[in-house]
Amino acid sequence: MSTPVPQTIEAFMAQAVAMELEAAQRYAELADTMETHHNREVAELFRKMAVIEGKHAEQIMAEMGWSELPLGARAPVWDGLESAESVPVDETHYLMRPWHALQLALAAEQRAERFFAQLAEAATVDSVRRAALELHSEEKEHVELIQQWLKRVPQPEPGWDEDPDPPRYDQ
Amino acid sequence: MNDCATPEAADATAPLAAGDFKSSYKPIWCPGCGDYTVLSSVTKALATHGRPPHEVAVVSGIGCSSRIPAYTKCYGFHGVHGRSLAAATGLKLARPDLTVLVAGGDGDGYSIGGNHFLHACRRNVDMTYIVMDNHVYGMTKGQPSPTTEPDWDSKLAPGGTGVRVFHPLVVALASGANFIGRAFAGDLHGTADLIAQAIAHPGFSFVEILSPCVTFRPEQRNWKSLVRPSPVPVTDDPARAARRLMTDDGLNIGVLYAGSRTPFPLGPRPARMTPDDLEAEFAV
Repeated sequence: MSTPVPQTIEAFMAQAVAMELEAAQRYAELADTMETHHNREVAELFRKMAVIEGKHAEQIMAEMGWSELPLGARAPVWDGLESAESVPVDETHYLMRPWHALQLALAAEQRAERFFAQLAEAATVDSVRRAALELHSEEKEHVELIQQWLKRVPQPEPGWDEDPDPPRYDQ
Repeated sequence: MNDCATPEAADATAPLAAGDFKSSYKPIWCPGCGDYTVLSSVTKALATHGRPPHEVAVVSGIGCSSRIPAYTKCYGFHGVHGRSLAAATGLKLARPDLTVLVAGGDGDGYSIGGNHFLHACRRNVDMTYIVMDNHVYGMTKGQPSPTTEPDWDSKLAPGGTGVRVFHPLVVALASGANFIGRAFAGDLHGTADLIAQAIAHPGFSFVEILSPCVTFRPEQRNWKSLVRPSPVPVTDDPARAARRLMTDDGLNIGVLYAGSRTPFPLGPRPARMTPDDLEAEFAV
């Protein structure tokens, strides 16, 4: 595991909260972006994901008895340049459909699931390992939830990104 | 000052968070644009810097990335194309107590504002210049910029320009910039750390951020798999930095030079003037 493994339950949970908050923040930013570009359906979906991630952060903080994020807590960078649960900004498109947004969310939840599984395996402190396994199973639930949503959303037809008035002259 | 950030509104004892620096205006960049994460990195860096929004000014020129002052709660100046560094220099000399950030793109900074770039490096006034480089003029529909590859083929430059690229980091070093770094927009925390270091470093700090333009240069999405941390430690020796930068392929990220030149001397903050005082100064 390339990310250092926390040695106390407090450090681990602080990291987990930061990760959830960063994911929530990213979803909120993506929702704003889609609203600006009049893609309301996808904006609504990203907004919903922001609420879910925010609630997950609140839940962890309540478990720890924290009213705010501990000072200096930071989401760990994992398997690339960002934290596991954040949707990469560059993978969005102004004409994307809910199906695409759910694919991005699914990939983010799956990364988070793998992250906590690896962390549980690498943990040397029992309380950290147990907490990592618990978060792993919570992320697994999120994965299943998004998979259920995906079944209700039609996969876009080829040409979904065709724009009659494209921004590029060479299109 | 943008938005609703007033000195009275801030709780001076609370630690600052990135959100304290974001305005309520929503960016209108294309979805997928690297500038979104640059904005987040800038606000994170400002939180680390620790000065409240009303003690920071963000100055820009023209272009997609130059919209950034409006998206912060700091003092903002969205100026003339290519003239952001001139405006920021004047501001810093008049208000040395402010932390001054300058932001813009490669067209604004290296072409239209190229001459100001040289002399801002040379003067070494204490401020931080952030260039969101996407190797294209995005706002005006995709013309080649000074950092566009000579063979980049587009409808606006068929077959490419054939002109060698401008190397901003080498130029900055040769012109006297006191801090030089490169970041990648997709590296949120790494970019925030680099900007925070640049702000803290005395003198003129230059941070180039590779910020993909997914609309006109969609191939830049691949940057995230190409960038890598600079393999050599930071140097304060301009000769070593020059050798490093001359052989650089443009994808090494991190602090590449942190020099020790004495910054341009700043006087005390001038006494507050009334419009009458100002008018009197212009009397002939």
